[in-house]
Amino acid sequence: MSHRLKGRGEEGDRSGRRPSRKQAARAEGAAGRRGAQPGQKEQAGGSPRPGSPRRKQAECRRHLEPLGEQGRSSAERTSKGRRKRDGRASLKKQRAPPKTEKEVSRQEEMWKRPKKHRPPSLASSASGAECLSEEERARILEQVEDSKKLIATMRNKPWPMTKKLRELREAQEFVEKYEGVLGKGKGKRLYAYRMLVAKKWVKFKRDFDNFKTQCIPWEMKIKDIESHFGSSVASYFIFLRWMYGVNLVLFGLIFGLVIIPEVLMGVPYGSIPRKTVPRAEEEKAMDFSVLWDFEGYIKYSALFYGYYNNQRTIGWLRYRLPMAYFMVGVSVFGYSLMIVIRSMASNTQGRASDGESANFTFSFKMFTSWDYLIGNSETADNKYASITTSFKESIVDEQESNKEENIHLTRFLRVLANFLIICCLCGSGYLIYFVVKRSQEFSKMQNVSWYERNEVEIVMSLLGMFCPPLFETIAALENYHPRVGLKWQLGRIFALFLGNLYTFLLALMDDVHLKLSNEETIKNITHWTLFNYYNSSGWNESVPRPPLHPADVPRGSCWETAVGIEFMRLTVSDMLVTYITILLGDFLRACFVRFMNYCWCWDLEAGFPSYAEFDISGNVLGLIFNQGMIWMGSFYAPGLVGINVLRLLTSMYFQCWAVMSSNVPHERMFKASRSNNFYMGLLLLVLFLSLLPVAYTIMSLPPSFDCGPFSGKNRMYDVIHETIENDFPTFLGKIFAFLANPGLIIPAILLMFLAIYYLNSVSKSLSRANAQLRKKIQALRVVEKSHKSVKGRRSTAESEDTAKDASQNATQLQLTEEGTTPHPASQNQTPGKKAQDPGTSSSASGTTLPASRHLSGAQPPGVRPDSGPARSQTHPWRSASGKSALRPPH
Amino acid sequence: MGNKQTVFTHEQLEAYQDNPFRQRIAQVFSEDGDGHMTLDNFLDMFSVMSEMAPRDLKAYYAFKIYDFNNDGYICAWDLEQTVTKLTRGELSAEEVSLVCERVLDEADGDHDGRLSLEDFQNMILRAPDFLSTFHIRI
Repeated sequence: MSHRLKGRGEEGDRSGRRPSRKQAARAEGAAGRRGAQPGQKEQAGGSPRPGSPRRKQAECRRHLEPLGEQGRSSAERTSKGRRKRDGRASLKKQRAPPKTEKEVSRQEEMWKRPKKHRPPSLASSASGAECLSEEERARILEQVEDSKKLIATMRNKPWPMTKKLRELREAQEFVEKYEGVLGKGKGKRLYAYRMLVAKKWVKFKRDFDNFKTQCIPWEMKIKDIESHFGSSVASYFIFLRWMYGVNLVLFGLIFGLVIIPEVLMGVPYGSIPRKTVPRAEEEKAMDFSVLWDFEGYIKYSALFYGYYNNQRTIGWLRYRLPMAYFMVGVSVFGYSLMIVIRSMASNTQGRASDGESANFTFSFKMFTSWDYLIGNSETADNKYASITTSFKESIVDEQESNKEENIHLTRFLRVLANFLIICCLCGSGYLIYFVVKRSQEFSKMQNVSWYERNEVEIVMSLLGMFCPPLFETIAALENYHPRVGLKWQLGRIFALFLGNLYTFLLALMDDVHLKLSNEETIKNITHWTLFNYYNSSGWNESVPRPPLHPADVPRGSCWETAVGIEFMRLTVSDMLVTYITILLGDFLRACFVRFMNYCWCWDLEAGFPSYAEFDISGNVLGLIFNQGMIWMGSFYAPGLVGINVLRLLTSMYFQCWAVMSSNVPHERMFKASRSNNFYMGLLLLVLFLSLLPVAYTIMSLPPSFDCGPFSGKNRMYDVIHETIENDFPTFLGKIFAFLANPGLIIPAILLMFLAIYYLNSVSKSLSRANAQLRKKIQALRVVEKSHKSVKGRRSTAESEDTAKDASQNATQLQLTEEGTTPHPASQNQTPGKKAQDPGTSSSASGTTLPASRHLSGAQPPGVRPDSGPARSQTHPWRSASGKSALRPPH
Repeated sequence: MGNKQTVFTHEQLEAYQDNPFRQRIAQVFSEDGDGHMTLDNFLDMFSVMSEMAPRDLKAYYAFKIYDFNNDGYICAWDLEQTVTKLTRGELSAEEVSLVCERVLDEADGDHDGRLSLEDFQNMILRAPDFLSTFHIRI
């Protein structure tokens, strides 16, 4: 029953909304439809017979006419033929609530296109009753298409399975029968095949996606952490992973283009002085304490700059190692700059696209956060935790935005906090300066104690350990939102570390200059020694003397290697300090709190020591500065990147473990800003800062005379000149010389500035337009909301008035053709009538007919049929979908 | 088809023990609303929860699932139920009510203090990961 009613509703719906079509139907109606009435009756008895339409016009007409009728209404009604007459009668009643208006709307759309050329053809069919004329053929075709569409869209319908099966079978039968008439019957198989392919494709995509997800390293670990500690902690680990990726690429570059060629093709260890441990160090060269300081054998290995020879080409490949060394050093920076800037840009792009979700933060969290695919209790636990966490994060955001407080007090406190922190920074800066000065004095003295030797490192580590918590305590005064607070904290610690870094660099520079000034004398000594050795008396003049053993050759201090060793040491000690801090500060504390809690006088877990929170700012900055060290040091110690890769790998596992085992989530969980562009910005700054000293040493310091790939040259970049001169044709050399002309470079730089200015202004104007559009959308939504709410209120009043209106307009209505505007009526009923059971209404069709017809016309032209009453219908699905189908574009 | 009245109870849906809405799903798809499903009901369920099912259909049934008291609207009480189930009751009452308030504020288009199906669809069809999460694999 309900099925039939639905069909009826649809027909009404359709004809009600398409007057042009309706008129055409009416025109045809006089000639064809009425005449075909018996045929319809016949059909009502059973299934439509295909018969042999070509034989008799009348019969053909009888068969095809109902088809046309059905086809016009909708594909769903294929099964409806047998109830046609009943339906026609009850059309007048217009009682049936439209069951699947959604479908109607969809089908209406499919109908729109063919319809355009329809009316004239229908008119012609009315005049000349040609059997199986073009139009009818087209009509059947359309209908078959519709049935096919129904089969295809069957799954879109919220019907129970039995009904789906029935409809499907009927539609399939219909298609099979009439496709024969039209001369093509492979629709079913094609459809099945298409479905099969679609299914396979979906499965393949799914598997591929799974595979891709599995390929992302540590994804599960990070998800695990994110679900327990929130996105802010997870953002650190994501950053760490990203860093690991970048370092792998750098490692690949350096290892593949510098270290491996050198090891494979360079002259072996011990053959020349720079590749040999000096005689004086030989005894201790293998001691662990020496190796630990990167002296001894490690110092004279391919890990450091000094080991490389200045031969222009090595091996049978004639690999230009010095050139490669220089280019790799440059491309390490180039690649890092590119990748940092690119990821910053892509983060910004990602942010622009999701303006929508800002409007529905909580709704999306509530209704779409549970993943119904979860079928594993552990994952489910994580998911519960992560949902709770994300709710908490959003609640903090929400509360923060609604907070009202004493602005003056807050301002005062913030100024005070900044003042205190600046004092701290100045103090620590002075302390570092003082210590560095002292260490320069110590370095001149002979026997200094271990503490005096390592004073700078110790002071710097202590500062790094104690200042951040101090800053955090002071920052509590400021009362920022935790996310903003984190940024401030990051900025302050960054300033602190920057001071450390630059004092370190200055000290290093002093050292380098000292070594450079000594170089000339050492060079003379070396020459003198060699000269003496070869020309000394007491050796048989006829036999040439064997060359001096490389270990015995006096050599310079090779400042490049010294710098590399400094960075190497710093990296390793930094790593150790981090790990020990985690072990002592987090793990032991957690153990203590956990186990001593049984026998302690106060509650350790809730009270004083408690568990540690994960220190996001400190860890992020540690990572960033460590990376700065790598960038600075990698030119002078190619092995540094390898060490760093190891460090990142271990710290990934170690910190993941430490977080999960001994940290507690932050008290006020906060969402990480979607893009970690702040981290990236800091990284970019550090990259730039670390580029400066390296560029300075390359451009303005002479390389050591007896070690490294550039030895013997005036400046390191001379290797490029050399290559251009010797290996390229002369005209290329000329071109390069021409390009290096300042007259060309300055205009080029100016042009670049202009381009930057232009692009910048373009992007600004675009973003302004973007913001305006967003505002417009927002305004539209607000208008829509208020509109709807007004309508909602008005509609209740209206539905009460409807009866009155109906009687007033009754006369007007009589003029309208029956069944032309039935559908709006079905929606515009008073709630009481709607509540009636459709079944009873259809049985009582005779009595209710006039009233409902009046109702149908009662619609005032200004009021859309989608107004109130639909809302108050008992079946929400129908009402809502009906509304969406009917709503005119605002 | 459909004449073998195999009865499914939600004990047999053991694999989905972890879903906080498992009972609701069983109720929504069972004919008489008590969570016992016939084969047809079961097939219905999987046709809706399958990957191929269209958005609208999924949204419709999602609405039914979240409409705990079956009154055709998602009201504040339904929302509270949802939050409590999603977080296993780890949020305080204040937080829960704040969340519900915010959800109503965001998604309630007609300001009647509850979400109609239309409001719900309007909201859910904009959700980026609704389709990817609202399905079950067998």
